[in-house]
Amino acid sequence: MTVELQVAQGWLTVCELSALTPGRGVAALLPDGSQAAVFVDRAGRPYAIGNQDPFTGAHVLSRGLVGTAGGRPFVASPLLKQRFDLESGRCLDDEETAVRTYPVRTAATS
Amino acid sequence: MSEPLPTIVLIGHGMVGQRYLEALAERGATATHRITVLCEEPRPAYDRVHLTSYFSGSTAEDLSMTPAGFMEQHGIALHLDDPAEHIDRAARTVTSRSGRVFPYDVLVLATGSYPFVPPVPGKDAPGCFVYRTIEDLLAIEEYAKSRSSGAVVGGGLLGLEAAGALQGLGLATRVVEFAPRLMPVQVDEGGGAALLRTIESMGLTVHTGVGTQEVVIGEDGHVSGMRLSDGSTVDTDLVVFSAGVRPRDQLARDAGLDVGERGGIAVDARCLTSDPRVYAIGECALAVDGRVYGLVAPGYEMAETAADDLLGRAKEFTGADLSTKLKLLGVDVASFGDAHGTTPDSLDVVWSDSRSGVYKKLVVSPDGVLLGGVLVGDADSYGLLRPLTGSVPPVSPEQLVLPAGVGAPVALGPSALPDHAVICSCHNVTKKAIAACATLAEVKKCTKAGTGCGSCVKVIGQLLPAAADQGLCGCFPFTRAELYEIVRTRRLTSYQELLDGHGRPEARGGDGCEVCKPTVGSIIASLAPTLGASGYVLDGEQAALQDTNDHFLANMQRNGSYSVVPRIPGGEITPDKLIVIGEVARDFGLYTKITGGQRIDLFGASVDQLPRIWARLVDAGFESGHAYGKALRTVKSCVGQTWCRYGVQDSVRMAIDLELRYRGLRAPHKLKSAVSGCARECAEAQSKDFGVIATASGWNLYVGGNGGATPRHADLLAQDLSDAELVRLIDRFLMFYIRTADRLERTSTWLERLEGGLAHLRDVVVHDSLGLCAELEALMADHVAHYRDEWAETLQDPERLRRFVSFVNAPGAPDPTVKFVPERDQVKPDLAVLTIGGAVR
Ligand code: SRM
Ligand SMILES: Cc1cc2nc3c(=O)[nH]c(=O)nc-3n(C[C@H](O)[C@H](O)[C@H](O)COP(=O)(O)OP(=O)(O)OC[C@H]3O[C@@H](n4cnc5c(N)ncnc54)[C@H](O)[C@@H]3O)c2cc1C
Ligand code: SF4
Ligand code: FES
Repeated sequence: MTVELQVAQGWLTVCELSALTPGRGVAALLPDGSQAAVFVDRAGRPYAIGNQDPFTGAHVLSRGLVGTAGGRPFVASPLLKQRFDLESGRCLDDEETAVRTYPVRTAATS
Repeated sequence: MSEPLPTIVLIGHGMVGQRYLEALAERGATATHRITVLCEEPRPAYDRVHLTSYFSGSTAEDLSMTPAGFMEQHGIALHLDDPAEHIDRAARTVTSRSGRVFPYDVLVLATGSYPFVPPVPGKDAPGCFVYRTIEDLLAIEEYAKSRSSGAVVGGGLLGLEAAGALQGLGLATRVVEFAPRLMPVQVDEGGGAALLRTIESMGLTVHTGVGTQEVVIGEDGHVSGMRLSDGSTVDTDLVVFSAGVRPRDQLARDAGLDVGERGGIAVDARCLTSDPRVYAIGECALAVDGRVYGLVAPGYEMAETAADDLLGRAKEFTGADLSTKLKLLGVDVASFGDAHGTTPDSLDVVWSDSRSGVYKKLVVSPDGVLLGGVLVGDADSYGLLRPLTGSVPPVSPEQLVLPAGVGAPVALGPSALPDHAVICSCHNVTKKAIAACATLAEVKKCTKAGTGCGSCVKVIGQLLPAAADQGLCGCFPFTRAELYEIVRTRRLTSYQELLDGHGRPEARGGDGCEVCKPTVGSIIASLAPTLGASGYVLDGEQAALQDTNDHFLANMQRNGSYSVVPRIPGGEITPDKLIVIGEVARDFGLYTKITGGQRIDLFGASVDQLPRIWARLVDAGFESGHAYGKALRTVKSCVGQTWCRYGVQDSVRMAIDLELRYRGLRAPHKLKSAVSGCARECAEAQSKDFGVIATASGWNLYVGGNGGATPRHADLLAQDLSDAELVRLIDRFLMFYIRTADRLERTSTWLERLEGGLAHLRDVVVHDSLGLCAELEALMADHVAHYRDEWAETLQDPERLRRFVSFVNAPGAPDPTVKFVPERDQVKPDLAVLTIGGAVR
């Protein structure tokens, strides 16, 4: 199984699903030079959001810890610990702030 | 001359006896009576229900039920260690063992019960014990020190508690139960099966349906095994009998009072015996319903009844509920009401899941009234279900037994309970009375709710306005110290298992959170050698738990780059090693700075550079400095005796020894230390978690110091220690801290919070008042023996190195956002590349 992200150019294969540790993330370099953070939760579901932490500007969200709050998956920024909903990109600790999300899917390895 | 006050003599100062005294005081009767108490035990009443917690750190003072000054304040004469031996009802006197004679107008018997020991051969051999008093526990603990296995005769509530305690003492433990299932009184067959699985999964061996025929005595005259009724013989060093209790009614029998055929001092609904001047209350009494109650709640009710009766107020005790909740940490078992479904026409609703060891049964009447139930493996709803007994619950019984996440969600909170629902059955306190209080402390003080078995505390918390939840986070209702105990006693090495088995219902099955994951990761790491888990913090599931810094074994900086801090034990470094650090920093273009901790920090490494930097450092003999971990940081030193004209000991050598001993030790927060060579204190040891200052004859040990945000001077724990004594004491101190501190609690705040403060700490780690020291030392010995350098380990394994890449789909491409600009001949992060919508925050 591979993990694929939808970007302007179509579906982009990022890595093998088995390369991801449940509860953690990896960074992916996108064709336009921007970065996505790709996670898989305990149940094996993948998520993808922008990698830039809007509070510090650093591209580090992929290195945060994944958790569940109110039944929804989130990642906590490794720098100042703000949490971001992995499905909507919204910051759970600051209503004004959000990061972008990417459609993501797993596909059988061809 | 005024009339002499009527005299009450109370025999027995146990839980119920003390409750009786309090009931008298509350009713003003202590002012109108002279009261004498004869107490057989060497200490005033204590909380027998929580006896077992004595093994997990509670002290005799913690367990005491007699508020300081209570006896003096109410003019009560308490005679410790002096049991009543004879009652002369005609003369209305009681004679005690010391020969004193006490006249009475009213006599109250609260003598409790004694553990029944079946008459098997060998039952009195050294190594046989019962489980009833603090003295029993002390004797078991002492005997267990040099032994490796234990057996408990009796698999009831108390037997399982005793078995848990034996296991906690490090004994391989078995339980022998005559009935075909465990806890036969409380649970039914299905519940017994679920309980058996859970108990066995904790590592206990269980034999059911077999009796004990003989205690086998070895050549040394001590217990060596047991012969069972199925013909088998098992080895054991120690036997605890927990085969039920019998009322202590001998004194009453001798005095000619009526007793039941099967024991117990017969009383009427007013708790009066066959002599109208004599009451009997608690476990020694045979109530009008023909039962002897072996639980504290009915005893308390009897105490209230007897106190009211004395004052001519009508209150009757005609029987009580037998609800119980097993307190064995980690195993949830509860039964309440008509648990066995003996009410005619009653119906059962059962949920049973043998995979997770959960069994729940509710007994309901045909018209839907909840009559009782049994909960095994998940007793979270006990606090709510018990008060609902006798009424029709607001949701269907099916919904009440289904686990969270299966079927429709049940919004059955305490709000669903009627005002008159009894929340605390130990003290008969209703929801209404509790809702009138603001805090748990207030509830305990005003209503006593929660001060008995404690099983209602959770629901009380939910009823209070600002629920002061002690839980670590949204995922766990436990503190870090409690989680530590769960992990330790249940030998868990998996975070998911912990979350699914012990998390809040709504968090089970989920991904946890950024607070509990690293905390549990650290607990597992601290206990790893003892649990038989891998000590490497990034193995398997552990990898997902670590904070980012631990995950990359480096400290993340503001631009997403990392700092590298090699260990420099004691601050001592050879010129060659200094040169290597210089070369590495130059070759990778790292900003270099001497830290406040006597070592060198190299900043600005990108993720993918870390392994290459460390390959060079490890090659030159450096190890991880754990600047990233909640672990030992540095042991600073002054130059000491070798060079300094004032020095009286070799402080550098000691600092290096200590740093090497405790390196890698995971703790609730970081640990810092220092060693000074004389009282001038150039290493600032008194601002450290543990600081050492040389004296002419050895070392002084200071603990609980802190610099940082809230500075605190360390306290002197012990003086003039030899090298070995110093190390042993630090071993104990650190392990005790790791075991009991909260998350992110430095030793300074922990010591401030510790009940009894420095004196208590000294009792525990110097005088071994809890008998924990051997275990604490063993844990540290395990740590020292299993330490391995994390960076060296990481470099050896390509699998572990896989995470050190900038991008999963472009491992070779450098992260274009990690950039530097020059400053004072070195580099600093280029923040301009980190703009967010055109602005830098
Ligand atoms: C590098 C250093 C400053 C320096 O350039 O000298 C430093 C740097 C940091 N300190 Fe410190 N502290 C450094 C010495 C100290 C000292 C002095 C000492 O150890 O003698 C103190 C006061 C002593 C003490 O801890 O009691 C100190 C009190 C703190 C505190 C406040 C702790 C407290 O209990 O109040 C924090 C915050 C925390 O840990 O929660 C902190 C946290 C930090 C962190 C880890 C902040 C962070 O999370 O990013 C910094 C990261 C270091 C890195 O990235 O490598 N640092 N910090 C020093 C490293 C020492 C070493 O070799 O390990
Ligand atoms: C390990 C353990 C766990 C328990 N867990 C629970 C639980 O979870 N829930 C629950 O409801 N109950 C529990 N119990 C039972 C509970 O402790 C008793 O029901 C309660 O202590 C009874 O109180 P009492 O005052 O009647 O007897 P006790 O507390 O036994 O007090 C009787 C006192 O009288 C003294 N005495 C006896 N004879 C004399 C004499 N001649 N002169 C002077 N003094 C005398 C005894 O030494 C003793 O100190 C537990 C008991 C144990 C041992
Ligand atoms: S503490 Fe004492 S021995 Fe150490 S450097 Fe200072 S003066 Fe010298
Ligand atoms: S129910 Fe036992 S303390 Fe409240």
